[in-house]
Parts: sequence; C-alpha cells; structure tokens
Amino acid sequence: MAEQENMTLVVFSGDLDKALAAFNLANTGASMGMKVDMFFTFWGLSVIEKGSLARGVKSPMQWMMGMMNRGGASRRKLSKMNMMGAGTHTMKGLMKRYRMPSLEESIALAREQGVKFLACTTSMAIMGLEESDFIDEVDDFVGAATYLGLATEGKVNLFI
Amino acid sequence: MEADRTLDCMGLYCPMPIVKTAQAIKELAPGQVLEVVADDVGIKSDMPAWAKKTGNDFLGVEEAGGEIKVYVRKGK
Repeated sequence: MAEQENMTLVVFSGDLDKALAAFNLANTGASMGMKVDMFFTFWGLSVIEKGSLARGVKSPMQWMMGMMNRGGASRRKLSKMNMMGAGTHTMKGLMKRYRMPSLEESIALAREQGVKFLACTTSMAIMGLEESDFIDEVDDFVGAATYLGLATEGKVNLFI
Repeated sequence: MEADRTLDCMGLYCPMPIVKTAQAIKELAPGQVLEVVADDVGIKSDMPAWAKKTGNDFLGVEEAGGEIKVYVRKGK
C-alpha cells in the first residue's frame, strides 16, 4: 500500500450545512486511509462546543455574543433558508428520511475513525471560551502554526 | 460474482457505504471478496477510487433491479 496521505480541514463556518460537508469529507478521507486533522476556528468552534454557557467570559460583549450564538452541534443552522429555524428543521427531517447521519452522528463517526479535532486558542480567547466548554472529543488546543505545520504535509487542505 | 461477505448499503448515501466498507474490510482476510449492495449511483466511481487509495482490488460492478453490487478483494 502507498504511503499514508494527510488531509486537513479548517472549519471556519458554524453553519450546519457547511459543518456537515466538512465531516462528510473528513469521514470519507479517513475511510480511505488518510490521516485527517480538523482545525476548528472562529464560528467553527461552535460545532465542537458542549453548548453550555461559556465559562471564560470576561466582558459583557462576549456574554452577549455567546447568548446570541449558543454553541453545540445540535444548535447549528443552515447557512441559507434557515427561515427562523423552519428551514433547518425541514433539512434535518429530510436527512432522517434519507438515512443521512446527523451532525452529531458524523462527529462521533469521525472520532471512531481517528479524525483529530483541534481548537483554535485565539478564537477561544476572543469568544471567552475555555477548554471545559468543548466536547471531550477535542484532541488539542492549538494555534495557526500547528495547523500550517500539518497543512504543509497535507495532500488535501480545505477551508470550510 | 462470488463473495465471502455481503454488506447491505441500500438506501445509504455517501459517505456511509464507503465508511462501512472500510470498517467491514478489516474483518476480512487478504484475498477475500466483499460484496457491497447499494442504490446510490455514486458508488460506481467511489468504490474504485476507495480501493485504489487503500490498496484493495476493485473487481467490478453488477447491476440488477435497482441494486448496484460492487466487489472488492482485500489486498495484502
């Protein structure tokens, strides 16, 4: 068999549809024997948060941002046609009907297949998030240099 | 085509058939054949691509009555 290929993804978006696409690609890459690293930054952090209120909040602005954009995979919305939640709800129904894994299931599957989850410490600081605000599956809390170190070895590097 | 094991992926869409194939192939010995039954047409190109990347042999496709059967032999 050929040498193992590496794949990295930057998950910048916190939208449901984009997160699903990211995990579909990550899971497929992993099933093809690739080493997959996902770097969650900015809005993407919400995908791997527990969803409880942020612990590290230090200012009213951070608190407000946290309230307006609650974390957690289950709360993610469609990037288009969310329609106050109706669109997202419909999409989730369609996914169930077509037996497509939900975002939560995709995250668990990625874990099972050895995909690594990395959280961006800078974004965490801005949003007042601490390590305990994230799901247990997160492997490490890192910066851009770590990501780029991985990306320079990556055959496939995607920004979502 | 003969197979040592069949994986039913009818009604499942990408990436599930491929992910399940990756999991199932672990349980086969080298040289054994896995038959994957699906109805997502993407499998016809996904499976050869997957096999090539993972060092397994793609043996072929058989289609009948809405079922697409793809065959993969586990490599060394």
